[in-house]
Amino acid sequence: MAATLPASPFSDDKKMERSDPKGGPPQRRQSLPWADAVFSLLTHGAAWLTLALLAGIIVSLVIGAAPAIEEFGLGFLTSAEWDPVQEKFGGLVMIYGTLMTSFIALLIAVPVSFGIALFLTELSPSWLRRPLGTAIELLAAVPSIVYGMWGLLVFSPILSTYVQQPLQTLFAGVPILGTLFSGPPVGIGLLSAGIILAIMVIPFIAAVMRDVFEVTPPMLKESAYALGSTTWEVMWKVVLPYTKTGVVGGIMLGLGRALGETMAVTFVIGNFNQLESLSLFEAANSITSALANEFAEAGEGLHQASLIYLGLVLFFITFVVLALSKLLLSQLKKGEGRAA
Amino acid sequence: MNCSPLRTAFATLALTAVTGVALAQDVTGAGASFPAPVYAKWADAYNKATGARINYQSVGSGAGIRQIKAKTVDFGASDAPLKDDELAKDGMVQFPTVIGGVVPVVNIKGISPGQIKMTGQVLGDIYLGKITKWNDAALVALNPGVPLPDATIAPVRRADGSGTSFLFTNYLSKVNAEWQAKVGEGTAVNWPTGAGGKGNEGVSAFVQRLPNSIGYVEYAYAKQNKMSHVMLKNKDGQFVGPDEVNFKAAAAGAQWDKSFYQVLTEQPGKEAWPITGATFILMYKSQDKPQNAANALKFFDWAYASGDKLASDLEYVPLPDSVKALIRKQWADNIKDASGKAIAYK
Repeated sequence: MAATLPASPFSDDKKMERSDPKGGPPQRRQSLPWADAVFSLLTHGAAWLTLALLAGIIVSLVIGAAPAIEEFGLGFLTSAEWDPVQEKFGGLVMIYGTLMTSFIALLIAVPVSFGIALFLTELSPSWLRRPLGTAIELLAAVPSIVYGMWGLLVFSPILSTYVQQPLQTLFAGVPILGTLFSGPPVGIGLLSAGIILAIMVIPFIAAVMRDVFEVTPPMLKESAYALGSTTWEVMWKVVLPYTKTGVVGGIMLGLGRALGETMAVTFVIGNFNQLESLSLFEAANSITSALANEFAEAGEGLHQASLIYLGLVLFFITFVVLALSKLLLSQLKKGEGRAA
Repeated sequence: MNCSPLRTAFATLALTAVTGVALAQDVTGAGASFPAPVYAKWADAYNKATGARINYQSVGSGAGIRQIKAKTVDFGASDAPLKDDELAKDGMVQFPTVIGGVVPVVNIKGISPGQIKMTGQVLGDIYLGKITKWNDAALVALNPGVPLPDATIAPVRRADGSGTSFLFTNYLSKVNAEWQAKVGEGTAVNWPTGAGGKGNEGVSAFVQRLPNSIGYVEYAYAKQNKMSHVMLKNKDGQFVGPDEVNFKAAAAGAQWDKSFYQVLTEQPGKEAWPITGATFILMYKSQDKPQNAANALKFFDWAYASGDKLASDLEYVPLPDSVKALIRKQWADNIKDASGKAIAYK
């Protein structure tokens, strides 16, 4: 390793410049002989410790969830019954809620973030760029409980009056959309949770997108412009293909945050453990929200084990999402250069 | 204790961090959030009076029971009493500290506090999703002359497990047969309907936010937020409102001398408020650390003697003196050190 470091040519140069080579080369300060070993041990240790922690978390989750896994098996994932009194537990409502809210969040956040990043890198006047970029980054610093309270007290009444009720009257009786928009229009439920999550992940995705768009070599863009491309064509056909790895990475970062968000979701999702309709207006529950709400009071035994089982499921979902994104990235890399 | 070694380790770590620097007189307790304000007030006043410190962590009844079972705290606290056989199995005793009430509250335009009357049957049917409109025939029959709107009822309930929900569902199970069969009682149940708010503050925020909603909160929350409470029909057939006299009347009928396992819902008495309950402290009968136990008992002895005013200020109802005497007797009879000697707290 040390031989490949570019230190030797540097010292050679110095030797050549020396005017009076009287006393030979200066003694190189000898580092302590064991320093390298210790350093390598420390770095190895840090890396393995992380893995060990990960393994430890999985093991303790599995041990904690064992009674529920024994009792319900994989049926836990498909049962929508959550009854602490009868000790019958199924996680479908929470799993559906977690996936659905994150999906809604991405559905809104990705195009908006793309627009923000595009505007900031290509269209915005330069005096606006910095303050606007900082303001969007500041959104990421707002604590999630503030989003939750804002969502409950300010946002959900607005959503209820100006979005949900008109949508309901508009789509009443329409086959699929009618079902999606049925339910009590009180501004609490899957849709509001999804929108709040979208607002929360937009700064993350937008910041990453802007950063990667900025590193696109100007030569590529200018060449495209020179060929007569519009700004849209430059973005879509030059910048986006060049930066797709970073863009996907940013989206996955946002998705990770959306899947794991707890406090804000608890406030606006309604914490309702029944899956009665597929309506977006219906109160629902998410894995994180159920854990936050029920863990403190859950008695020992199946209730607690089922909650830990839910935690394990969430762990698994995030793991799968991460694995899929890596797979997607490697597929994208393979395809690079082939498509125009 | 299935998954608990890890958690116990963490809890112990946290506790050592807390108690490591503290004096030997410190007593730690954990559990129910419902009485947490009064315990904090008592601990503060007790500290000023005696210099001894009481650390109470409001972590929830379930967690409080887990912690006392793991012996990481000197006393646990629970809103729902433990059954006598369960206590005996773990070698613990329980005793009540204060009494409080749960109050159904509504948010209907033009309806003032106490204007709507309900029976337990009707309240149960609303939370079962059977009565969905405010101008349902059952409600109109109970409230002649009250302008009930033709609007959908939006029920609100606790999302987190809580002693408040325990009292509420325990009451509904006693007065509504269908509720008992379908849902049952517990700190968390399988709610057939309604949006869930986190904590009393979450429920009261929901109720104040949603027009035509109904929820249930602790009495203190309803009073402080000036929410419109509902009059309930009690066991004696009287419609009563929630007030200190009504909670006291509910507590008066309980047979504390038989057992401290008393849930004070649907108690007899002309003035008894039907959703009343005491909150409880759990301690081990045989104490490994008699000094800590003595300090804990000293604290509760002081609280029973001089804490009534503080409790009333916070809208809790102090225990009757007869019950306090029973509790002190139970301490002398049951809480002992390793050699079997009663813990001296005087």
